[in-house]
Amino acid sequence: MSMDSAARTQDSDWTLVFACWLLASVAALGSLFFSEVMGHPPCVLCWYQRICMYPLVLILPAGLFPFDAKIARYALPLSLVGLLLAIFHLLLVAGYIPETIRPCTQGIPCTEVQIVWFGFVTIPLLSAVSFLLISVLLILTQRRGSV
Amino acid sequence: MKQKERKLKPAERGPKPKERELKKKEPKVKQGRLFVFAALLLLLAFIAGALFYQNQKSNEATQAYQRNKSTFVRDHSPALGNPTAKVEIVEFFDPACETCKAFFPLVKKLMAANPDRVRLYVRYAPFHSGSDYVVKILEAAKKQGKFWETLDALYAAQSSWAAHHNPQPQLVWNHIGGVGLDLDRIRQDMNASEIENIIRQDLADAKTLNVTMTPEFFVNGRPLPSFGADQLKDLVQSALAAAYR
Repeated sequence: MSMDSAARTQDSDWTLVFACWLLASVAALGSLFFSEVMGHPPCVLCWYQRICMYPLVLILPAGLFPFDAKIARYALPLSLVGLLLAIFHLLLVAGYIPETIRPCTQGIPCTEVQIVWFGFVTIPLLSAVSFLLISVLLILTQRRGSV
Repeated sequence: MKQKERKLKPAERGPKPKERELKKKEPKVKQGRLFVFAALLLLLAFIAGALFYQNQKSNEATQAYQRNKSTFVRDHSPALGNPTAKVEIVEFFDPACETCKAFFPLVKKLMAANPDRVRLYVRYAPFHSGSDYVVKILEAAKKQGKFWETLDALYAAQSSWAAHHNPQPQLVWNHIGGVGLDLDRIRQDMNASEIENIIRQDLADAKTLNVTMTPEFFVNGRPLPSFGADQLKDLVQSALAAAYR
């Protein structure tokens, strides 16, 4: 690999991680908008997903300045766990998971759908899509970094 | 990647690394600027969105209020001030709530500062356990035409019957003797089913209007943008300015 092309890959990797940070920031601010501005209280599962999303907003920039190709190693665990939680949440809302293993017993039920856009976009779907995109982009940078 | 660079370095001493640094510096500055720009843009979008949303909600509330006041004010709601006043404050309160007590003089001051232009309606939101007992006494006192006097007496003695959010409604009787009420009749009237219904109606309206804490104010249907004395003052001032141009 010549130095120029190495620098170029690094720049495009930087752009990928930057895109991850953009996604995470939009998701974090969006969730805050839902809860703090619109006044929808977050359910327990939403909080678990927030626990995975919010640190990304801070960890990813630490890997951007200066660029660290290994950032995926620290960010992927968060985004993958978040993705699993979001999928679990989606299945719960869709009714595929029986009541007995629902983790929400108090406060706001996780099955309550507070927002529906265009007939199918819900908050857990937004969360799942964000975590999925972030994970895919991070895996891409990791793959390229290890070649 | 760093390891590869290290291996290459000894072989290519000379001007090359410096050139590379120069080339690299430019995208780095660009990246930094891009990041800062994006961060600011996101924050601005959030703030603008929040302001826009609140403004829209507030306008919707005013329109709903103009169309139909019934969830805000019921026929049974105690009122104070000029009936033809154009600025109407609706307050959801709990007699055992310390902040309600603290805000009451402020509301009275706002009314005194704008005589005949502000009318106050109060609604019950007995969220503390035991508060509904006190509300029943207030309603029974209303029948004797002494609602506001009784409320003043209750607030004045609040620290002795409702200290630390732990109301002991039975103690209330020791503090309303000076109002001049027929206490025996109060004890009879307070258990009327119509009073029960009034409390149920007020609690239902509180739920409809998303009142979860007391005191909650609506000025001509507009809720406080955030809780605070200044916010209430500003809201009343802007309502006055709009109604009495």
